[in-house]
Amino acid sequence: MRLLDIQKMAIHALGKNKIQTALTMLGIVIGVGAVIAMVSLGQGASKLVQEQVAGLGVNVLQIQGGGGNYQGGGGARQAADQGQSLTSDDVDAIRNLPTIALATPIAQAQGQFVFGNQNWQTRVEGSNEDYVEIRAYKIAQGEFFKADDVRTASRVVVLGKTVADTLFQGADPIGQTIRIRNLPYQVVGVLAAKGQSAQGQDQDDTALMPYTTVQKKMVNSALPRINRIVVSAVSAKATSAAKDQITGLLRERHGIRTGQQDDFRVNNITEAAETAENTARVMTYLLGSIAAVSLLVGGIGIMNIMLVSVTERTREIGIRMAIGSRGSYIRLQFLAESVILCMLGGLIGVAVGVGLSFGIAWYMEWPSYISPQAAGIAFLFSAVTGIFFGYYPAHKAASMDPIEALRYE
Amino acid sequence: MNAAPGRSGTELNGSTSAVPVISLKEAHKIYRTGEIEVHALRGVSLEVRRGEFVAVMGPSGSGKSTMMNIIGCLDRLTSGAYILDGVDVSTMSKNNLADTRNTKIGFVFQSFNLIPRTSALANVELPMVYAGLAPAERRERARQALESVGLGEKAASLPNQLSGGQQQRVALARALASNPAMILADEPTGALDTTTANEIMNIFQNLNKERGMTIVIVTHEADIALHALRLVRFRDGLIQEDRPILPEDDILTLQHPLEAAHS
Repeated sequence: MRLLDIQKMAIHALGKNKIQTALTMLGIVIGVGAVIAMVSLGQGASKLVQEQVAGLGVNVLQIQGGGGNYQGGGGARQAADQGQSLTSDDVDAIRNLPTIALATPIAQAQGQFVFGNQNWQTRVEGSNEDYVEIRAYKIAQGEFFKADDVRTASRVVVLGKTVADTLFQGADPIGQTIRIRNLPYQVVGVLAAKGQSAQGQDQDDTALMPYTTVQKKMVNSALPRINRIVVSAVSAKATSAAKDQITGLLRERHGIRTGQQDDFRVNNITEAAETAENTARVMTYLLGSIAAVSLLVGGIGIMNIMLVSVTERTREIGIRMAIGSRGSYIRLQFLAESVILCMLGGLIGVAVGVGLSFGIAWYMEWPSYISPQAAGIAFLFSAVTGIFFGYYPAHKAASMDPIEALRYE
Repeated sequence: MNAAPGRSGTELNGSTSAVPVISLKEAHKIYRTGEIEVHALRGVSLEVRRGEFVAVMGPSGSGKSTMMNIIGCLDRLTSGAYILDGVDVSTMSKNNLADTRNTKIGFVFQSFNLIPRTSALANVELPMVYAGLAPAERRERARQALESVGLGEKAASLPNQLSGGQQQRVALARALASNPAMILADEPTGALDTTTANEIMNIFQNLNKERGMTIVIVTHEADIALHALRLVRFRDGLIQEDRPILPEDDILTLQHPLEAAHS
């Protein structure tokens, strides 16, 4: 017997009872679709976290002043970021820790940027020249400011993409002079676009300057104020050790006694990101397994229907055997029926799963990520389901006695 | 109880062959279901030559169905030998038996036994599909077979669109298409009215006369048996009577006295 004839026979048999075929297939469609949608969803979440981690920079830790024991005057506690407990000496001390590669103070301000008849209100981050490396910023045009600019507090600015686009409307901003609080600043560079953060904040709506410039020109304060310190540990593994060392160092430098609360807060962003990524991964496995169960249920449905079908078609099997079909041909025919059923269901399931993944990604505003592996494995698994759950009914059909099968009413 | 020496129909047709189509020697068949043992065939010897047209009669439980299953290669003997068309099939494997059924035997059943929701042409093609014939060739042969039973224009019809007589003709075409050594018919007219039954029997007769087809037919109706050329009567697992059917035979002479009393 020819293989092609077995296929044709199986397709013909499936076509005879379209509703039954469609309903049986539905189990596999839902199973495969669910596996793909769930795994894609999980991997999309993972990818989102990864993008955010990459956006944060290299093994980044952040030290915020204030909070805890720090009293901003009159005994009133202040929220983190508002205190002034951090100094540029702290930055130098931290930089000398063995686990720390780079460190920068951050002085923050707001400003109205003006160029020609365009203007734009944005946040300004003042840092040293290492910030570009710590945050893994990419420079789209021009260059980042240099150590000399920091030392001399020169009025240079690196614009985020949004700011550059708004002010210059497509013209080349490099070398142009903009005005902030009536002082001229020279644009030396433009950052490459980073897009939205996880919180939906536009990460490109920003501008970078030497922190000395921010302290002297932008903030009307007697004290040179540092809002936070951002550091880069030597490796991802070193981040926890770095956190401990920084905590110890700053407590000592700030004269905090045992039992007293810190007047700063160290955030291990890398660790938090890793935790989030792990959570996403676990969610992927979890969702995937739940979906796989539905595929299993679909498979059992196939087996059930195939068993009913074999019983229903006992007489047909008897006829086929009488006119010369070997048992193995009967087995192949029924097996082909369940495998074709499952593979067709698998294909439709892949389409449904991909559609669902895009739909969910669009609704959640996540990066849509279709996992080709998940699609491949789910489809393959549906074929295996067809063989596994189709074998027993097919075997039952093949081992019928032709005489008894012919007598079956 | 003695079997009369069979004067075979082949001599009438003049197509005698040295090798008999069916050769059963001391055939025994015992069924065991738990404690109960049924001796269905108790040493049957039978020879059917090429071109014969045999009617097998006998009451239910006489062993005629068992013998049909044996010579149809659907079942195997407990002891004894069965040589089909020169090949010993008594020791064949299940697969070889299936292949033998496929190539040597054309079955016709009482209830037609066509595959439902499958066209007449596809039904006739089916044995040749199992034989592995190329699509073009088997389609051509199926078409010819359908034409030979007068159903050439019904090739695309589904079984449920055909009358009983037409369905049985499709079944006949299916039996013929693979050019078997013999046609084995089990009560082929049992589900048909008298007129249609006669039509079907005429086709059998023509096949036997014109094409020299060997035909074995199981029936318990004397008027159907009258179409054949040789009568084999079973009783209690043995052949009770084996004789040619002569032109002067009629329903009454074929009817066994005991069976007549029953009916």
